[in-house]
Amino acid sequence: MIHDKKAHKYGMVIDLDKCTGCGTCAVSCMSENNVPFKEDESDKKDSITWMRVYRLTNNKPFPDTEVAFLPRPCQHCGGKGDHGHSPCVSVCPATATDYGYDTGIVSQIYTRCFGCRYCMAACPYHARYFNWWDPVWPEGMEKYLSPNVSPRMRGVVEKCSFCYHRYQLAREKAYASGSDEIPEADYQTACTTACPAGAIVFGDLNNPSHKVHQIVKPDPHPDPLNPDVVGKSRNPKVFRLLERLGTNPKVYYMSEREWVRKLGDHYLDGEWDKVKNVYGSASHE
Amino acid sequence: MSEIENKTEHGSMDGATAGTAGDPKNDTGLGLGVIFFIVAFLICFLSGWLLFPKLLYSKHEQPFNFDHVLHVEETGDCESCHYLREDGTFSGIPKTESCLDCHTDEPMGDTKDEAIFAAEYVAKEQEVPWYVYARQPDCVFFSHAAHINAAGMDCKSCHGPIEETRTSRHYEENRLTGYSRDIWGKNIWGIKKNPWDRMKMNDCAVCHEKETGHKGYCFQCHK
Repeated sequence: MIHDKKAHKYGMVIDLDKCTGCGTCAVSCMSENNVPFKEDESDKKDSITWMRVYRLTNNKPFPDTEVAFLPRPCQHCGGKGDHGHSPCVSVCPATATDYGYDTGIVSQIYTRCFGCRYCMAACPYHARYFNWWDPVWPEGMEKYLSPNVSPRMRGVVEKCSFCYHRYQLAREKAYASGSDEIPEADYQTACTTACPAGAIVFGDLNNPSHKVHQIVKPDPHPDPLNPDVVGKSRNPKVFRLLERLGTNPKVYYMSEREWVRKLGDHYLDGEWDKVKNVYGSASHE
Repeated sequence: MSEIENKTEHGSMDGATAGTAGDPKNDTGLGLGVIFFIVAFLICFLSGWLLFPKLLYSKHEQPFNFDHVLHVEETGDCESCHYLREDGTFSGIPKTESCLDCHTDEPMGDTKDEAIFAAEYVAKEQEVPWYVYARQPDCVFFSHAAHINAAGMDCKSCHGPIEETRTSRHYEENRLTGYSRDIWGKNIWGIKKNPWDRMKMNDCAVCHEKETGHKGYCFQCHK
């Protein structure tokens, strides 16, 4: 059943010009996914934020100062050449995380994880978090936990799952209605639906009728400059984080502002000017 | 022969004066040792085999007996009470409200069990705290819709002939994990004759590999 169906490739594009940094995505993510919170959430060595909002600035003095916010979920890397060898998946000694070739989503199985944190070291995006303590919910709040997401215990790693439980429910609904297709609206992540600015667009990157595909226009061919990079956006406004590593994230970012796009990777002097107008592999031909 | 003689000589010198030292024909020390080993092995083996499962699993009685035969006769099939909801989720064990489609707080029959149900649960508007034999651990996502609608399986192929049961059996709970014994299976040799004898992760994977050609990725069954 997995093989004879056309594989999905779920991904999102986040419009950094629309993002106001309000943090609704992060809050909705925590409540949707039973993410435990700590007494001191400012202690970033202890806090767990599947969706974390970073603040970017152009480092210019007033009055030219500009600020942008960058929400960072798990990037659901396809790995080099998009073959499923994500940095975290390839190092996990317990097979507690795997790459779903049917959805393109990187899983995390808490009951299988034994907490070596190798994946956290391997992840270039700091998207993985370790449970140093058992979650403690304020009294009565455990009754409000989502039954669709299993809570974690001390000693395991967790991360964003693209709200996979919503995919599971959407697929059940499709089965019940006798359909093979999951409608775009039936599977949307919590952060996407919660964002008041509508900055996050989520869907199937392989499905041309989905909005995310239309915005990103992923290039089906590998980048001739770096064959490890697949699915580069052909939209000049769209970029990915540390794209040249070849991790092939499925989270794309979009901005009109050049300085924001430049912050998506580390560039040596003069390097940015060579690549800033390169969109997808077609532009090299 | 001389080797055995040497061994027994050394053995009896090491041990207490069980046999007559230096006389291989009167070696009761070795015989006692063998008997001791067999007896100790049997004690350990049998206590592990028979006693340990009794210690590991606690037995619970259901709140009252449920007669599936009687109910199937009245309602016709499984789906009358255990059905897929419109959104594809599975209703599981019916709530008291569904029972009220037929039942009232006045018993319809004259069984002791229905009297308990009417008095304790219908009259008091309470849910029956059934023990669910097939309940999977919290980290498991199981889609009934995928198996019934997409794979075209019937209830019996996994749950067995439940409709032929007149009594609710004991529910056995693993004291360490809190899971039902139906997950791990009753047979201590690990022999599985029917699909419903055991339902561990590997049992899912074996069937998936056979039927779909792939075990499935983690998130297919985990959440």
